[in-house]
Amino acid sequence: MSDPHASHSESTEAQEHIAHRLAHPVPLWLLLTVFGMLMILTGLTVAATWIDIGMWNIWLALLIAVVKGGLVAIYFMHLRWDSPFNGIILVTSLFFVALFVGSVVLDSREYKVNYNPPVRSGTIQP
Amino acid sequence: MSDATAQIPAPYDGHTHDHPHDPHLAHHFDTPAQQYASAKLGMWVFLGTEILMFGGLFCAYAVYRHNHPEVFSFAHRALSPLLGGINTAVLITSSLTMALAVRYSQLGRRVPLMVCLALTIIGGAGFMVIKSIEYHTKWEHNLFPGQYNVYNADFKGDERPPNDLAALEHASATDHAGVNITPEQPEKEGSNAPHGGEASPTFAGVIQTPHESPAAPATAPTTAAAPRYVDPLAGTGDEPKIKPSFADIQGLSQGQQAAQTAHAHLTYSELPPLDQERVNAFFSVYFMMTGLHGIHVLVGMALITWILIRASRNEFSANYFTPVDLVGLYWHLVDLIWIFLFPLLYLIH
Repeated sequence: MSDPHASHSESTEAQEHIAHRLAHPVPLWLLLTVFGMLMILTGLTVAATWIDIGMWNIWLALLIAVVKGGLVAIYFMHLRWDSPFNGIILVTSLFFVALFVGSVVLDSREYKVNYNPPVRSGTIQP
Repeated sequence: MSDATAQIPAPYDGHTHDHPHDPHLAHHFDTPAQQYASAKLGMWVFLGTEILMFGGLFCAYAVYRHNHPEVFSFAHRALSPLLGGINTAVLITSSLTMALAVRYSQLGRRVPLMVCLALTIIGGAGFMVIKSIEYHTKWEHNLFPGQYNVYNADFKGDERPPNDLAALEHASATDHAGVNITPEQPEKEGSNAPHGGEASPTFAGVIQTPHESPAAPATAPTTAAAPRYVDPLAGTGDEPKIKPSFADIQGLSQGQQAAQTAHAHLTYSELPPLDQERVNAFFSVYFMMTGLHGIHVLVGMALITWILIRASRNEFSANYFTPVDLVGLYWHLVDLIWIFLFPLLYLIH
């Protein structure tokens, strides 16, 4: 948090002075660059389905999604210039979702016997 | 001081007036910057609960996909990656216009702010229009969530589950031409015909829609009492043994093995029977995730409309733009969630 508002310090009026502490307009070129990268990454995630890398396809897709989501959160949602608390809340919620999903998926393996054949009534012959 | 207390409402009593009074500053905050930071922190806490709420659905997705990967590989073909990709682009673009709106509100430029808000609303509306086209395609073919899904074992309708979903995404275009969207599958070397083949020859999925051409029903199955699920292994001597096979030890179901050996997509009749019973779970997950997301899009559009009305009344300035910023955060979160939904639902390899 050095001083992201330095570029706006040329304003001298009192009203501008208050605003200058409050507002931090993200530069236009930066928003457009992030937008372009998001579009490119969207194309990339579609193109990633054309190659077959087995189980890594979903992890590649998720990696691209995480990068895209990070761009949205950091630049569009202003986290880069915000108080770190906002980012901590985001990361914490993601951590708890990961904990939730991870533990449930871990547990779901324990019920394999209920889901694999043979459990077809009427088709099992002695 | 007495005239000041007469003009200013009670909560502002005791407010020091050594700087220009900010009508937006509540008395329990020291500075507008502190108030703004607090508002943003509160919004982020709310967004955190939103992520946790969607986390439950992502958890359901993970469990179903983990247990039935071949179901997802089969059923996701009912979704159109083209429409999903267009919607992704639409939503990302609306996210850009929302970020621009926040920027213009911070710069105190009212007209560009209103233009960007209007563009964002249009983007959200475009997203919902495309989404409703997708939903309509599903509904035409009884691909509803829950027990109204054609794949559900309790489905009461007379339609049969499509054997291959790949053509569904083009269904809307071809239905009007009377083209049967799911050509009858040629019968596979008898392995799908257990019990003397009493059911299997008529099992290839044919979708009947009310406005289909008269020619199509000729190929439609007529045996209403045919067994719903056909065990591809029954009667072939390959019934599962009591002793686990090597594949069982590996934890692979038949569908997983088939998906690993052949890159070709499985058709419905090639799915293991227990997976056939769970195809409808994909559509439940799909509708719940995209439905909850769609509700968020609608809520976001309503909020942006409210912001647009307030902007038209010139309520925002470089000193006060918190509502624009917070609604923007909400809209970006909706975009962020879709960024994950799109590859997880539409782009299953």
